[in-house]
Amino acid sequence: MRQSKGDMIFNIVNIIVMALLCLVIIYPLYYVLLASFTDPDIVSTGKPLFWIEKLYVKGYETTLAYTPLWTSYKNTIIYTVVGTIVSLIATVPAAYALSRKDMAGRRGIMFAFTFTMFFGGGIIPLYLTIRSLGIYNTIWAMVLPVGVSVYNLIVCRSFFESGLPEELLEAAKIDGCDDFGFFFKIAIPLSTTIIAVMCLFYATAMWNQFFNAIMYLQDDNKMPLQVVLRNLVLMNQSSLMGTSGDAMIARQKLAQQLKYCVVALSAAPLLMAYPFLQKYFTKGVTLGAVKG
Amino acid sequence: MQSKVAKRSIWSGFKSSWQLYVLLIPAVAWLVTFAYYPLYGLVIAFKDYQIRAGILQSPWADPFFKYFSQFFSTSIALQSIRNTLVLSLESLVFAFPVPIIFALLLNQIKRDKVKKVIQTISYAPYFVSNVVVVSLITVLFSANGVVNRAAVSLGGQETLFTSLPEWFRGLFIGSNIWQTMGFNAVIFIAALTAISPEYYEAATIDGATRMQKILHIDLPLILPTIILMLILAAGNIMNIGYEKAFLMQNGSNTVVSELISTYVYKVGLQTAQYSFATAVGLFNSIANFVILAIANQVAKKTSNLSIF
Repeated sequence: MRQSKGDMIFNIVNIIVMALLCLVIIYPLYYVLLASFTDPDIVSTGKPLFWIEKLYVKGYETTLAYTPLWTSYKNTIIYTVVGTIVSLIATVPAAYALSRKDMAGRRGIMFAFTFTMFFGGGIIPLYLTIRSLGIYNTIWAMVLPVGVSVYNLIVCRSFFESGLPEELLEAAKIDGCDDFGFFFKIAIPLSTTIIAVMCLFYATAMWNQFFNAIMYLQDDNKMPLQVVLRNLVLMNQSSLMGTSGDAMIARQKLAQQLKYCVVALSAAPLLMAYPFLQKYFTKGVTLGAVKG
Repeated sequence: MQSKVAKRSIWSGFKSSWQLYVLLIPAVAWLVTFAYYPLYGLVIAFKDYQIRAGILQSPWADPFFKYFSQFFSTSIALQSIRNTLVLSLESLVFAFPVPIIFALLLNQIKRDKVKKVIQTISYAPYFVSNVVVVSLITVLFSANGVVNRAAVSLGGQETLFTSLPEWFRGLFIGSNIWQTMGFNAVIFIAALTAISPEYYEAATIDGATRMQKILHIDLPLILPTIILMLILAAGNIMNIGYEKAFLMQNGSNTVVSELISTYVYKVGLQTAQYSFATAVGLFNSIANFVILAIANQVAKKTSNLSIF
């Protein structure tokens, strides 16, 4: 196709803009990864890094030996796995039921859910609810309050509405299939995509939970990764990690690198899983967009 | 079919599809416990709540609006309301258009592979938690961080970005754009791919340039999506990312970083003034809802689009 001169300039500028954008998005993450492996003396000069100039792994050695970090890592994994399962059990069946146009009261129930997206009790009433349920400072305080995301429920419902043709249900009914049978034996096997999307959305949210943890948990050994990360990096507790025998300067040097190591370790799992899951991700967001 | 359903009594409707209601039980149990019961809990904003007595037994506040007037008599009230509004409005002005522009530009890239790679990169930061983002800001913008060093070597001055109040909003909004641009663009990209190619063909025949196609085809056709997203953004104006604001807060920037929601957390959970904090939170929710309703009405009047 022939292009006018103006269009060509537009294309070139556009590509440059896009390339810069990608750089701005990726570089901070890449920088942290490099800094976590590079000699802190080089990092602290503040010059931009492009590769590992001088390998220095003492940061990771110390990090690996720091038990509170691993306890929190373990907690986060448990919260994420249990939370995702609970959320799926609550969301997927409900989304299917709400997608059925023949269910009486469907609009009213849907409204009851949607309303809470725009008006909620807020921090204190929810906190008092959690206290009165007796789940304060337990795993359930992390898992249950965020058990259903209404946004995800809407995404999932849209999938069932558009992905399961009504003829399928009618045919199954003629064969004597009831609603349970249809949901478990036909709808679920046809919906692996949406289940993957839900897993991804819920697991990400659970993995990244911070505020609920500081509100609803008390014991240090129950805290998730994000809280420990914040204490180490933002509250400057990383100096606690260095062994006491080290000389002052060596310890300071290490303290700087530890921050990069901890950030890299906590962001890495999701960022590494993401390229494999991203096709589901786009699908989920687009679905939510259509009906949301 | 429709009339048949309507004629049926609720009971027989319920009986014929009881299994569907069973499927709803877990979600409805959640809704009642964690969404509506806390709504009921809002009454403590009008009571002198005591933990021992519980919600019902606690005496009513005297006067009824005691905690609201108490809030408005503090100097922090005006400041936190102002901070919340300014931060939200600035976010709306600066951050809202970015995903739209990104989607429009990305749509101009004709090679599908390249387009996909860029899109994949663009929403990676969505998976990065607020704690990590604020950690990134702290290390990159610190005194001997990469940003300050670059500024100095270019002849600039060292700036203490993370503790200066005048940089708080810039860093907050800038990092928000970094986190959500790709994610928020997905909906606009979907709207753009739905545009029929015939429009472009006709425009090409008429000799339209790319820029003209963007302005006269793409933009008008995705306008409904833009308006809907704008209403939704307005509906969250008072709920702006308090987690991140809280994480970015330090002793020297509270003049701009204290939001209504971070204040609620502090007085509510750190000093246990439950009724007072609930009143402040309720004020925030109501203000937010009013803004949403107004935005919805304005959109309805001017463009026939609304969310309810």
